[in-house]
Amino acid sequence: MDEGSVSPNAVAVEGQGLWKGFSTKKWVGTKRQVTRSYALKGVDLAVKRREILGILGPNGSGKSTLIRLMATLLIPDQGWLKVFGLDVIRDRQRVRRLINRVSVEASFFKKLTARENLAYAAGLYGVSNAKAQVEATRILASLGLQRDKLEVPLETLSRGQQQKIAIARALLTSPTLMLLDEPTTGLDPTSRRDVQEFVLNVRREHDSTMVLCTHDMAEAERLCDRIAIIHEGRIIAVGTPADLIASYASGGGLEDAFFHITGLDQERLRAEAEGDG
Amino acid sequence: MSPTGRELHALWSVVRRNFHLVRRYLGWELVFLFYNVINTLTIALIAFALPPADRDRTIIYLTIGALLWNFLSILFQEVASSVSWERWEGTIEYSFMAPIHRLTYLAGVCMYAVLYGVLRTIVILVAVALFFHIHLARADWLGAAMILAGSSLPFIGLGLIGAVLPLLSTERGAQATQVIQGVILLVSGIYYPISVLPGWIRWMSHLSPATYTLEAARRAILNGEGPLHLLPLTIKLFLSGLILVPLGLAVFQLAEHWAMRNGTLKRSG
Repeated sequence: MDEGSVSPNAVAVEGQGLWKGFSTKKWVGTKRQVTRSYALKGVDLAVKRREILGILGPNGSGKSTLIRLMATLLIPDQGWLKVFGLDVIRDRQRVRRLINRVSVEASFFKKLTARENLAYAAGLYGVSNAKAQVEATRILASLGLQRDKLEVPLETLSRGQQQKIAIARALLTSPTLMLLDEPTTGLDPTSRRDVQEFVLNVRREHDSTMVLCTHDMAEAERLCDRIAIIHEGRIIAVGTPADLIASYASGGGLEDAFFHITGLDQERLRAEAEGDG
Repeated sequence: MSPTGRELHALWSVVRRNFHLVRRYLGWELVFLFYNVINTLTIALIAFALPPADRDRTIIYLTIGALLWNFLSILFQEVASSVSWERWEGTIEYSFMAPIHRLTYLAGVCMYAVLYGVLRTIVILVAVALFFHIHLARADWLGAAMILAGSSLPFIGLGLIGAVLPLLSTERGAQATQVIQGVILLVSGIYYPISVLPGWIRWMSHLSPATYTLEAARRAILNGEGPLHLLPLTIKLFLSGLILVPLGLAVFQLAEHWAMRNGTLKRSG
C-alpha cells in the first residue's frame, strides 16, 4: 500500500481495550508520592469511513486523551488502536500522513502571520507554499475570513479567527481523518455556525472521516452521524443521536439523554461548559 | 513529491520558520546583537590594562574566545531550546505529529542554528575589527574555517542532548540546559588557558569540545598554523561529533518515546 493511500475497506479508526494513565508526583514531607490516575479505562471504539463520530463527555472524561492517542501523540498503556488498518505505534509515520488535528487551543507561532504559519505547516506535510497559500485563501474565504487577516500576526486575531486558520491549516494537507478537539469552544455564535457549516461541507465534498470531541449537545446533534458518550474514561453509550434520544430521553433531547446516561448533574455541567467557553 | 523531496522540503520549512521568527522579534535580535558586540569589546578591552608589548596578542586571544563562544553557544542554545520554544508557543504537538522523520526536524533546527550563528558572529567580527584595527596578517583563515566546521558537529550533538531535557521536565529541563552551558563556559578556556583552572575541575576541560576548538582556532589565527598542522585536532573534533550527533539523536528519540508514554509533550504537561 502506498504511504498516503488507504485500503478502501479499512475501518477508519478501530481500538480495543485502551487504557491510559498519567502519573503525578509530589513531595509529602521527605517522601515522594506518585499517584497514577487513569484518563481511559478500557475503551473500545470503531469509526466507519466517511463518518462523523462525536465524542461527548464532561471535562476530564478522557476525550482529549483519546484524540491524542489517534493523533500518535500518546502511547496507550494497554490495548491497541488502528487508523485505516495501521497501528498508531508501529506504523506511526504512515498514520501521520493520513491525519490532521484541530485542537481547542490554537497552536500557532503567535508572532508569525497566518501566511507564515501556514507555510510552515504545509512544508511539514510536503505541500508547496504556493499551493498552500492559494488553498488557504480559498478555505478562509469560505469560512468568512477576510484576506487581509492572513498578513497580520496571529496574536492580533480573535480566537474565532485563529480557530478558522487552524481549520484551514488542517485541511491544507487533505487529511483522510480529521481530529477535531472542541473546535468551536469559545467561539461566538456566528463563528461557531461558520465552522459547523464548513465541517458539513468538507464531509460532503471530500473523502474525509471526522472524530469530533465536544460538550456542545446541539453541535453534536447537528454534525454527528453517531455519538459516543464517554464518562470517567469509559465509553458508556454509542448510537445515532436519534437512537440515543429514543433509548434514554423519550420526548426529550440529546442533552436529557446525556444526563440520563452519565447520571451527571445538569446545572454543574452547564456551569463547567460556560466556564470553558 | 518523492519521499526524500518531502523531507528536504520539510527541513527547509523549519529553517524558514525560524528566520521568520527572527524577523518578527527583530527588536530583541538587535538588542541581543548590540549586547554581544559590546560584551566582546569590553572583554577585548581588558588587554589594554596590560603592557603594550602583550596587548595586540591578548586582544586577539580574548576576541577569539568571545567570538567562538558566541558561535558555539548560539549553536548549543538554538538546538537545546528548540523544544522549550515550541512548548512555550504551544506548537510542539503540531510539529511532532507531522509525518516527517525526527532527524529532518532536528536537522532543520541545526541548519538554522549554524546559519544564524555564522551571521551573528560575522557581524561581531566586523564590529571588533573596526574598533581595534587588529592586524591579522599571520592568521591562517583556512585552518580557522576548518576548525569552525569541525567544532559545529560536537556542539550540535551536545545541543541535541540538551534539547532532551525539556522533553523530560518542562521547566527544570530548560534550567538544566543553562547549567550545562555555564559549565562548558567555565571549563573550556574561553578567556584563559585551562591551566589556570583548579585541579579538581580541570579534568572537565578535556571533555569539552570547546577546549579543542579554542586551542586550534588560536593556533590558526595567532600562530598562523595551517590545516595540515591542525589536522589532528580537527579529526579529534570531527570524531567527537561523529559520536555525539548519533548519540544525541538516539537520546532524543528515547526521550520523545518517554514523553509520549507520560503525556509530557502537551504544553501544560
